[in-house]
Amino acid sequence: MVKQYRRVVTGAHYGVKDWLVQRVTAVLMAVYLLLLTGILFVVAPQDYAAWKGIFSHQWMRIASFVFFICVFWHAWIGMRNILMDYVHSTAIRLTVQMLVIISLVFYLVWSAEILWS
Amino acid sequence: MEAKLHNKRPKHLNLFKIKQPLPAVVSILHRISGVLLFFPGIPLLLCSLQMLLQSQQSFEALQDCLRNPMIKLILLLPLWFFLHHLCSGIRHLLLDLHVGITLTQARAGSKLVLMAGIMLTVVAGLMLW
Repeated sequence: MVKQYRRVVTGAHYGVKDWLVQRVTAVLMAVYLLLLTGILFVVAPQDYAAWKGIFSHQWMRIASFVFFICVFWHAWIGMRNILMDYVHSTAIRLTVQMLVIISLVFYLVWSAEILWS
Repeated sequence: MEAKLHNKRPKHLNLFKIKQPLPAVVSILHRISGVLLFFPGIPLLLCSLQMLLQSQQSFEALQDCLRNPMIKLILLLPLWFFLHHLCSGIRHLLLDLHVGITLTQARAGSKLVLMAGIMLTVVAGLMLW
């Protein structure tokens, strides 16, 4: 009798993970923006001190930083998908993908610097 | 066989000659707006946030910048990109949950997304002015 092997479909699995990350980050960003809109409606900041005041709370800085991490992660997956779809030359695609990664890492540091200075 | 050899159907898809259905338009706008939100969207956002929070001087510089009606008008464009991306993103999430996946619903949904993006831009624009 021939033993039946169940064929395991292998792969890097980052497809499903990226799909999920794209959606989770999207929801987190939407929640943050709702929160921010609410705060801006309630506080209605007019001058520099009021704006600075909103972002001086530690929880607001952390929430904003989480928002930025979501933006950058979301942007990476989106840019990668688009580049994989339209740029067929491996050399150009990898070069642009590297530029995207480098710029996102730079933005991450920059956003932390803005929020905590 | 004979009929196959002589048919005159186009051999490749010319994007400028075929009429895209509305869901396709909404979908490609999601991609285009996504790229534009990445660049120049993100650096512009960080730049404005820095000007907003850095010092009294930079805050006033940002205020002056935003008072310029020309800049206000130009700002409507990134605003629309963002709002369209948001609305069609919500549609994507609903489609993932199998909400509105029949053809008629998908068409109605994409029409709704397109209209919502434009309407929200108008509302936000009115609040800006």
